Amino acid sequence: MSEDTRIAKRPDRLTVETSEGAQELTRRGDTGSDQLGREVGAVLRLDGVTLDPRQIDYERHDDETMIINMGPAHPSTHGVLRLMLELDGEFVLRTKVVIGYLHTGMEKTGENLSYVQGATNVTRMDYLSPVINELSYSLTVEKLLGVEVPERATWIRMLMSELNRVSSHLVWMATNGMDLGSTSMMIYGLRERELILAFFEKTAGLRLNLNYVRPGGVAADLPDGWEDDIEVICNTIEERSYEYDQLLTGQPIFRNRLVGVGAITAEEALALSLTGPLLRSTGVAWDLRRSMPYLAYDEVDFDVVVGTYGDNFDRYALRLNEIRESIRIIRQCVEKMPSGDYRSQDPKVTPPPRARIGESMEALIHHFKLFTEGFHVPAGEVYSAVESPRGEIGCYMVSDGGPKPYRIHVRAPSFTNLQAMPLLMRGASMSDAITMISTVDPVLGEVDR
Amino acid sequence: MDTRSSGDREDGHAEVIPLPPLAPPAVLVEDALACDAAFFPTPEQYADLAIALKADGFEMCVDVCGVDYLEHFDRYVPEGVTPTRFEVVANFLSLSRKLRVRVRVQAGNESPRVDSLFHVYPGTEAPERETFDMFGVLFGGHPDLTRILMPEEWEGHPLRKDYGVGHVPIQFKESPGPR
Repeated sequence: MSEDTRIAKRPDRLTVETSEGAQELTRRGDTGSDQLGREVGAVLRLDGVTLDPRQIDYERHDDETMIINMGPAHPSTHGVLRLMLELDGEFVLRTKVVIGYLHTGMEKTGENLSYVQGATNVTRMDYLSPVINELSYSLTVEKLLGVEVPERATWIRMLMSELNRVSSHLVWMATNGMDLGSTSMMIYGLRERELILAFFEKTAGLRLNLNYVRPGGVAADLPDGWEDDIEVICNTIEERSYEYDQLLTGQPIFRNRLVGVGAITAEEALALSLTGPLLRSTGVAWDLRRSMPYLAYDEVDFDVVVGTYGDNFDRYALRLNEIRESIRIIRQCVEKMPSGDYRSQDPKVTPPPRARIGESMEALIHHFKLFTEGFHVPAGEVYSAVESPRGEIGCYMVSDGGPKPYRIHVRAPSFTNLQAMPLLMRGASMSDAITMISTVDPVLGEVDR
Repeated sequence: MDTRSSGDREDGHAEVIPLPPLAPPAVLVEDALACDAAFFPTPEQYADLAIALKADGFEMCVDVCGVDYLEHFDRYVPEGVTPTRFEVVANFLSLSRKLRVRVRVQAGNESPRVDSLFHVYPGTEAPERETFDMFGVLFGGHPDLTRILMPEEWEGHPLRKDYGVGHVPIQFKESPGPR
């Protein structure tokens, strides 16, 4: 098809040369009322078929509004998120989220990796909370396998997940501060996160994408003197979290930018399948750690933080307080950490220790089989979910009895949470749009997978 | 079938869930791996089942995804269900009762098609688009069924089993090569 015929066929597209037409926001004249209603976020007020005309500004025309692109290479979109915004002056009327710029086919890749290798794949999805990705993957494989995980491994997993939650929320505090013009917060947040990353490096050998939690347990035991490291991390971050309060929470400019902006109700959040801080900020106390406990979360004492108004400030305050709650859990993990194995001793799942390979024929065979073919997992399909810093991260896995998963699907919280964008943006000003992206907290590695 | 049991839950007590009042006669399986229970409706029963589940207190449709069982027509499905190549899997969550229910629809072989849940659960908009993009499953009544992760002009549906992975040919040193 020549360029001329394409333009002739679709004369009203804004950017014919990108050929991504149908994914884009169309101009008002080309958009049906259903589509318009959905895009302005009126879908939740649809109530079956009837559309509330007050929610849709039919009377507007194309020459009054302007569609602009934000992203995919905009620094405030936290990656390669692209938003198409229809603006009336400075105010947003419609929003369309265009994603897929970081799509690398990780679910397809996962079908061609053995169960041992799979953890290295999922850990790269949500790169801010790798441990929790690995955890959801490992719990799913273990559920299919029926492997019992030693108690110490469970507690190490909890400790590492909570450290990861803190580090993820600290990055959020940093980038959110940056989006609102507080460059100091950016530096402070990343500075505190460095403590945790250093501990990860000491424990797992890597700072990001750890491949630490594996089916059957964890990769390595905690390093010598880990209690002291954790003590320092907890004390420092807890103390500094109160400094953030002084820096941001009461700051008039900061409050004016957040309070009452981007509010959603609990009904809207539930209908849009939002989870995590977005859902809790509306007052729904739904945290999988408390509601459907996994690991040993039913044995530790912590509070589920909820908001009241579901606005940006609630989401900020909620994440700040979740850092403190996570530190509470980490302290209890240190106290209650049992001794014992850090991984299952089932030779079909766990590779034998290096020393035994030279002595035992069986150990050599097991080692060889595990690293060439991998272990076989009984046929079946299973879904299991854990609470990530962004919401419910689930893993749906189908096994056909072979050494590789037949299908692996990750229910990414950021992917689903992005559906709230059009609703949140509606009527907000352009500068608030930046805040909205920030408080939804999408990680594009996970959105596009 | 008036009531269904969720089986023995981890805390030891079996909870009996009353069947949704409007539930169509979908095949139900109580399986330990299937969270709490799994339904196997036909594509025609699927949307009605979702409405019944919503009325029954399942506030959230957590996830919709597809599976291509190209090589596994012999997989286990309960009696009365004809396995097809494509399956659409939806996970529902009840926050009030802390229950998960999975719905597995046999979507068809050649041109898979099921109804969209968008008008019952608006949160399925993006997952359904992803399933369409990756498997070519059509969702009837979806407001904007376009590709979401792949570029618009992409041909084929990448997660289908007959869609190749692609590879980079490796030229070994000793190989004679074309020159």
